[in-house]
Amino acid sequence: MDKTMSLHYDIDGKDFSIAGEASSSVKIVLKQLGVSPEIIRKVAIAMYEAEINSVIHAYGGYVDVEISPKSIKIVFVDNGPGIENIELAMQEGYSTATEEIRNLGFGAGMGLPNMKNYTDILNVSSIVDVGTTVEMVVFIK
Amino acid sequence: MQLSIAKEILNAQILTGETEKQLSDVELLSACGSDLMSDVLAFVKHQGMLLTGLVNPQVIRTAEMMDICAICFVRGKKPGDDIVQLAKERNLILLTTDFPLYIACGKLYKNGLVCKED
Repeated sequence: MDKTMSLHYDIDGKDFSIAGEASSSVKIVLKQLGVSPEIIRKVAIAMYEAEINSVIHAYGGYVDVEISPKSIKIVFVDNGPGIENIELAMQEGYSTATEEIRNLGFGAGMGLPNMKNYTDILNVSSIVDVGTTVEMVVFIK
Repeated sequence: MQLSIAKEILNAQILTGETEKQLSDVELLSACGSDLMSDVLAFVKHQGMLLTGLVNPQVIRTAEMMDICAICFVRGKKPGDDIVQLAKERNLILLTTDFPLYIACGKLYKNGLVCKED
């Protein structure tokens, strides 16, 4: 893989049952490109967490993925309610998810901490009532 | 532990159509019992089996992201055809056991499926 590959996926925020489709597709592409299982796992988990967040908190959005020989960059953008206190949201266990989401197995307040643990760079920027952008980078070498 | 042995210990049924022989080819290194997918994503480290009482497509997705090879639904829960189909597409093996989560995990642990602490 010498060149940079760009992928774009729209995230449907209305259907929780299909959340994860984009992460699944990227995982398949990375496998086909021969990226190491360790890197694929990191990208898959971080991206899946972000995708779930995008569906449960922000009613969907889109994600751009850039795969280069040196790194994988993932940028999630949504026009959801935004995050009031990013520092608080980064704490393990802090969540604003509804009871309904918790019953589905999510909303334990591990999303952003997980994204941080599995990536080399994580930048979260958010404006209340405008939206959130989550940028993640995993280095390949 | 071979997945076929885990199936026997749990008196489980196969939901995705694999044969006993195919199950014996799958070696489990660990297992995890949880209804909280966020925790599975945060803490599962070794390829193995997920035991859960949660039945929705995100259980399959979570297992897919974590490279988990088999899921065993507890308390006799059986997923719908759409979930079984999704698992088949992902080469994930689905089982169901009548045992509750605590007992199912205990039986596997007692029989030697012990997860090494990092």
